[in-house]
Amino acid sequence: MLRFAARRVLLLVPILIGLSILVFLFVRALPGGPETALLGENATPERVAQVRELYGLDRPVYEQYVSYVQSVLSLDFGTSITTRQPVVEEIARRFPGTVELTVTAMIIAVAVGIPLGFVAARRYGSWVDNLSTAGSLLGIAIPVFALGYLLKYFFAIKLGWFPTQGREGSLMFRNEHPTGFYVLDGIVTGNPEAAVDALRHLILPALALATIPLAFITRITRASVLEVTGEDYVRTAEAKGMTRSVITRRHILRNAMLPIVTVVGLQTGLLLSGAVLTETVFAFDGIGRFLAQAVFARDFPVIQAGILFLAVIFVLVNLLVDLSYGLLDPRVRTR
Amino acid sequence: MSLSGAEAQETVLTQSEEARGGLVRDAFRRLRRSPQAIVGATLVLLFVLVAVFAPLLAPYSPTAQDLSQVRPGQFPGPSAEHLLGLDQLGRDELSRIIYGARYSLIIGVVSVTIGATVGMALGLLAGAFGGWVDGLVMRAADIMLAVPSLLLAIGIAALLGRSITSVMIAIGVVNIPVFARLLRGAMLSQRESDYALASRSLGVTKGRVVLKHVFPNSLAPVIVQATLALATAITEAAGLAFLGLGSPDPSIPEWGRMLAETNAYLASEPLLALWPGLAIVISVLGFYLLGEALREALDPKLRR
Amino acid sequence: MRNLRRQGVVALGLAGLLVGTAACGGDSGTNDDGASGSDEGGGDTLVFGASADPVSLDPAYVSDGESLRAARQIYETLVTTEAGGTDIVEGLATKWEADEAGTAWTFTLRDGVTFHDGTEFDAEAVCFNFDRWYNFEGVQQSPSVSYYWQTVFTGFANNEDPEQGESLYASCEATDATTAVINLTGPSASFLPGLALAAFSIASPTALEEFGADEVTGTGEEPRFDGAYGLEEAVGTGPYTLESFEPGNRLVMTAYEDYWGDAPAIETIIFRPIADGPARRQALEAGEIQGYDLVDPADYEALEGAGYQLLSRPAFNVGYVGINTAKPPLDNPQIRQAIAHALNREALVQAQYPEGSEVATQFMPPELFGHADDVTEYEYDVEKAKALIAESGVANPTIEFWYPTGVSRPYMPNPEANFQAFQADLEAAGFTVTPQSAPWNPDYLDAVNTGAAGLYLLGWTGDFGDPDNFIGTFFRTDQPSWGTIPQEIQDQLEAGRTETDEAARTALYEDANRAIMEQLPGVPYVHTSPRLVFAENVVGYEPSPVSIEDFARVSFSD
Repeated sequence: MLRFAARRVLLLVPILIGLSILVFLFVRALPGGPETALLGENATPERVAQVRELYGLDRPVYEQYVSYVQSVLSLDFGTSITTRQPVVEEIARRFPGTVELTVTAMIIAVAVGIPLGFVAARRYGSWVDNLSTAGSLLGIAIPVFALGYLLKYFFAIKLGWFPTQGREGSLMFRNEHPTGFYVLDGIVTGNPEAAVDALRHLILPALALATIPLAFITRITRASVLEVTGEDYVRTAEAKGMTRSVITRRHILRNAMLPIVTVVGLQTGLLLSGAVLTETVFAFDGIGRFLAQAVFARDFPVIQAGILFLAVIFVLVNLLVDLSYGLLDPRVRTR
Repeated sequence: MSLSGAEAQETVLTQSEEARGGLVRDAFRRLRRSPQAIVGATLVLLFVLVAVFAPLLAPYSPTAQDLSQVRPGQFPGPSAEHLLGLDQLGRDELSRIIYGARYSLIIGVVSVTIGATVGMALGLLAGAFGGWVDGLVMRAADIMLAVPSLLLAIGIAALLGRSITSVMIAIGVVNIPVFARLLRGAMLSQRESDYALASRSLGVTKGRVVLKHVFPNSLAPVIVQATLALATAITEAAGLAFLGLGSPDPSIPEWGRMLAETNAYLASEPLLALWPGLAIVISVLGFYLLGEALREALDPKLRR
Repeated sequence: MRNLRRQGVVALGLAGLLVGTAACGGDSGTNDDGASGSDEGGGDTLVFGASADPVSLDPAYVSDGESLRAARQIYETLVTTEAGGTDIVEGLATKWEADEAGTAWTFTLRDGVTFHDGTEFDAEAVCFNFDRWYNFEGVQQSPSVSYYWQTVFTGFANNEDPEQGESLYASCEATDATTAVINLTGPSASFLPGLALAAFSIASPTALEEFGADEVTGTGEEPRFDGAYGLEEAVGTGPYTLESFEPGNRLVMTAYEDYWGDAPAIETIIFRPIADGPARRQALEAGEIQGYDLVDPADYEALEGAGYQLLSRPAFNVGYVGINTAKPPLDNPQIRQAIAHALNREALVQAQYPEGSEVATQFMPPELFGHADDVTEYEYDVEKAKALIAESGVANPTIEFWYPTGVSRPYMPNPEANFQAFQADLEAAGFTVTPQSAPWNPDYLDAVNTGAAGLYLLGWTGDFGDPDNFIGTFFRTDQPSWGTIPQEIQDQLEAGRTETDEAARTALYEDANRAIMEQLPGVPYVHTSPRLVFAENVVGYEPSPVSIEDFARVSFSD
């Protein structure tokens, strides 16, 4: 297992190098070059010259790449054009929010999707099955931001159950945030009101964000449970007179888990991109919204760093998923 | 009974041909019996027909304004003349939805074509040559797939500036690694198939086997993926429009943009949000259902 | 099984807790559910939805509305405007008079005023502030940093840009604790009304020095405020003190106990930045905020129907289609006239602007002196526009038409809608329109200000009640956004600025307006009265045409 893990981690290196090249070339591919990216399209020639010197744009490309990697490794992503603050600080400040949101969304998607898919498969053709199929189809087809508006309209504006936006209420200005994860902060600082307030702000955006992974997880769970149920070893077990619950636990769930874990890993990518849209709809102050604002304002240092950052997160999550394969299925390790 | 070498070659190749024909026929038969396929195909057909015949179907021009009909926050709702009502500039909503199908179809088809052709070309190279070409293409694909797809599209579209072309390129590029991987994988498994091995052993050149047999027989998953990619392309284009990426001409009736615009009128005119939303859901659903049905129909594992 | 059920009950209870606390806030009429822990204001707290964060809480460095709104609560100026009008009334000064030449102004200061940090407010403090502004250097002299100082006083002690004009300000003397004499280098009609601008707020000299208010680095386009002043600290004499400022989240201000005037009724004021217009409305409806500015005209009726109060600011603005007269084919006067005749301004104003908005005939509102009733008007006439294009000799004129994204201004609630309406009008007259868009700040404003944009949507809201603040700001000096402005017009406007006789000024500005509309460096199309909205129980807010608005007089009716 250790050797498998080590090999898997080593495989990351070329991916990360490739990513850094991709993101490095990103801004340099801009029509007008990185000067335009950093200064906007109507900058004065003096400013352009200043920036060219500052960023060493007159040097050969590979030298520029080396210095780019050096600055990335020292966590220097430049300064945001709109907020005029170091990009790394802006991202660090917003990162806990995005983690809170995506983790909550994933919990919702898994906690609802797996049981739903399982029940749908075990009662193949029943109304539960049909309903979950129809629901998951709709979940896949509806644009995330449209669903966000819909949830906001009904549950925040019409019913007033949840706040329309933000991460915490206006009156919570005396709250302390030692960790940056607001729900956790409320608990840690012994302020249950703050924790509940933060949780209430999380629910609608997390629901909107959870829909697509929920739909996929339900479908894949249903499909893989159906497939496993048809396998010989399950039929054998049934013939041997094992009880349904034992079969479910020992055979079906365990074997159906592999494709489900794969989907959960892949869906993290969808969650991270979906966060760009959902956080914008709910004015949830995370990396996604920051990135969306950067796209609006053509703030390329932020776009560049944000994409690199989220891609690295995605790669790391998939590493975890691969490692968990090793735990779930011994065969994978030898491959 | 003994066959000459050439005859043997022909027989093996015909068998691969027959196997393919059998698969297609078989798939068709199963598609016709799948409700999923029928619903999906109907929705897709409806969408394509609306897009193609938009000028005939639309009662008005999608950009003709009648400002005298509207007041701030008040736009006439559905009526006999305007079945879906008027928008914030007094334009016929139905005509805009109908013309919007064209933009969705064009964005979808062009971007998937970009993704599929470039991706397939790379996959073909990788699958046919193997070795370092394969390694290079697949590592590049891995790197691109390491960026969540919508994020990659956002980055590319932001880079290229506001235009429909950049949206199409962005979504197309995102699809390249998917198709490259898919075709390569299918070709590798086809290469090991009985008829391919048989052809090789009978002395058919490698190039001929790849081009005439391995490649065509590997197309099934590509067709499935292309159909599914069309569904994704439409939602991704809507997402990009929501983020302000897309045409700089705000009068273009693009569904994603229309939907994003209605946020301002959600409380007073919620129906205006419903129509483009519904149009997106229906077209995405159509491609998705059709794609899934195709996948099932073409899956050899299910041909028991 | 029993176990399961209990978990279910706990889960339901938690859901109830989550939903329950929210439900109290659901109806915005009742706001005193302080115990609920939800985010509604009420009783002693008012939450106001701002459209953005203040750029800085040091008013000397800002020119944007949100910064000035915050500055108004924390600081005070020597003179101010009457509530709801533009007439100058006493502020920190109770009396003022100018000498014969109009160059020495004596201000008698209010007694017994202290800054929030305990520093005494006196003539020394006033002169300290004026000398600070006058001695700005480096980045501080950038037009984007000290915009209002340059608007009213033109230059600095040591101008770093040789093109910058001589400063209007000469010196300040503190003759005694309550008397400050400000000497000017010449007479100026905009000096006194200019002093009411929040940019000339008197800040605590102790705090300015202690917290590094003058530590500004970076560049003119990207200034960096390195000191704590303006972000963590802001010390004035105003009714509210700064409690905390978290950009992106909120600005919290609490009542100043030792305020010299009437104590504010509401203990805590929170400005919460909500950039998106529809989101502000939703936050109001959900009870998360009790008021916001720049209500979308599309929402007026629904909000009023739901029991909210809409307060309207007198129309003191102009929305126009700017023309860069140096850019072909816009350098051709007949093309410009064709554009003016092609635009159906009445239809747009009726469809997109609230009732009471007026179609503009010139670049300043009719309430202001100097407005001429007999300027050349260009009525909507497509045929005439086509004929003018034919006469101009320009075949198939193509125009780059710019509009901003992600912004809503008082004079332009929905730029995209205005753009599309005018785009259709221009195309109907035979123009080929190339749409161009850019995010408002900085890209769009850069494109306009550097002269890159040919035809563009823009507008202006007056800062004080003087024509110099409208057409003077636009046309008195050369600006790339307009292309070339004839020297006669510039001279007339310069004469208007330095003239002290009211009647003579009126005549000069009327002439200038006529000449401008003849030249046609743009097509003004609307004067509109923007509105604020408040919850039903909020009383005492008085809208001002120049946005000098005070939360200290606001209270809750129950």
